[in-house]
Amino acid sequence: MTKRVQLPISQEDMLSLKAGDPVLLSGKMLTGRDAAHKRIVEGLKDGSLSFDISGATIYYVGPCPAKPGDPIGSCGPTTSYRMDPYVPTLMDNGLKAMIGKGGRSKDVIDAIIRNKAVYFAAIGGAGAIYSQLVKEARVIAYDDLGTEAVREIEVKDFPVIVAIDHKGNCVYDR
Amino acid sequence: MRDISVQKITDALVQLVHSACLSLAPGVVDKLRQAELKEENDTARFALKTLIDNAQLASSNAVPVCQDTGMAVVFAEIGQDVRFVGGSFTDAVNEGVRRGYKEFYLRNSVLDPITRKNTGDNTPAIIHTSLVLGDKVKLTLLPKGFGSENMSKLYMLTPAAGVAGVMDKVVEAVFSAGSNPCPPIVVGVGIGGTADYAMLLAKKALLRDVGVASSDPQLAEMEQILLTRINDLGIGAQGFGGKTTALEVRIEKHPTHIAALPVGVAIQCNAHRVARTEVL
Repeated sequence: MTKRVQLPISQEDMLSLKAGDPVLLSGKMLTGRDAAHKRIVEGLKDGSLSFDISGATIYYVGPCPAKPGDPIGSCGPTTSYRMDPYVPTLMDNGLKAMIGKGGRSKDVIDAIIRNKAVYFAAIGGAGAIYSQLVKEARVIAYDDLGTEAVREIEVKDFPVIVAIDHKGNCVYDR
Repeated sequence: MRDISVQKITDALVQLVHSACLSLAPGVVDKLRQAELKEENDTARFALKTLIDNAQLASSNAVPVCQDTGMAVVFAEIGQDVRFVGGSFTDAVNEGVRRGYKEFYLRNSVLDPITRKNTGDNTPAIIHTSLVLGDKVKLTLLPKGFGSENMSKLYMLTPAAGVAGVMDKVVEAVFSAGSNPCPPIVVGVGIGGTADYAMLLAKKALLRDVGVASSDPQLAEMEQILLTRINDLGIGAQGFGGKTTALEVRIEKHPTHIAALPVGVAIQCNAHRVARTEVL
């Protein structure tokens, strides 16, 4: 039974999710990958971060350029472990959900448990499908990074799997 | 001697970028379907079905299969009776990559490794040339995603390790890559040569057509044994568990030094994209 979850994710939804559950996400999320994470952590440290990550969902993606008339190009997930060194800092500053693909470090799993957060896996290699489910997209920071800029995107029925739930259960361990 | 204008090389590259990035290599979707049919793990089956649907959508809407449209790896077999005219061959390849990635709305993923500043046009390509008999140019484009490229491995084994040692290392490479390279994967193995050549052979193994076993009976048998061992790891589609971790294993070999047994492992994600053409 596929659950529907509205973003930003509520505490109630968060606590109901279990590793392995298929979920359809709708609502707003941020995008960011390697270079953006480096800058977000710097911005949190010196107080210069220009957008709020509290309660936010961040999707690890570097999209293809949008064709004329489309909000975004192909936009599947990138591999998550590269963001691991930055993630505990983001979660301790309020980040509630991450979407990527692949396993995470023990530090990240501990931070997920500590902050009652969740990590979703999107399907790597399905960028064409995900691009159809993005209704709006706009760059909100680090425009100079091109595909790695931080975007706010609005999605509708975006399919993911609960990869690590708030108790630290992990789909990759099963 | 036959003159080939480098403009033809550029035009060929633009077409290769188009055909490689907007559809999977021939045969990959069939392999994914076979994997879906026998899969009993619901989560893995969902992943496989999503990938099959995605490939169809990408082709029909002319959208890249995967947002990681890769670093352009170009293999050029150049007939030794060819003379390029009108400019530099390398520049012509890069111009084709530049134009193709811009024209088809593909991602610029290439940057300076130290400054991390993006080159802005997905160049330079990685170009491997070899001289062959004849007066034609064969071009193959492998747009290489780096979720899988990051899982590449080189093992400089000693001769004592033998074939058994080689097989163990290939399985180890896939096991340690786990869920990261977007399984189900294609595994390229290069055995022999020098360190750099073993890696190149592994990469070249990825160019082979889907469904084609090695023409060397012993290597073909090793490919089958390795495929079974890798799928027995249970990593499964996207790392969700299940029966299919790899679609294929391909092995290439080359003579090596009496002191050595180099093994290169190149891993390709499920979005396996290769295109080739011949320039006359």
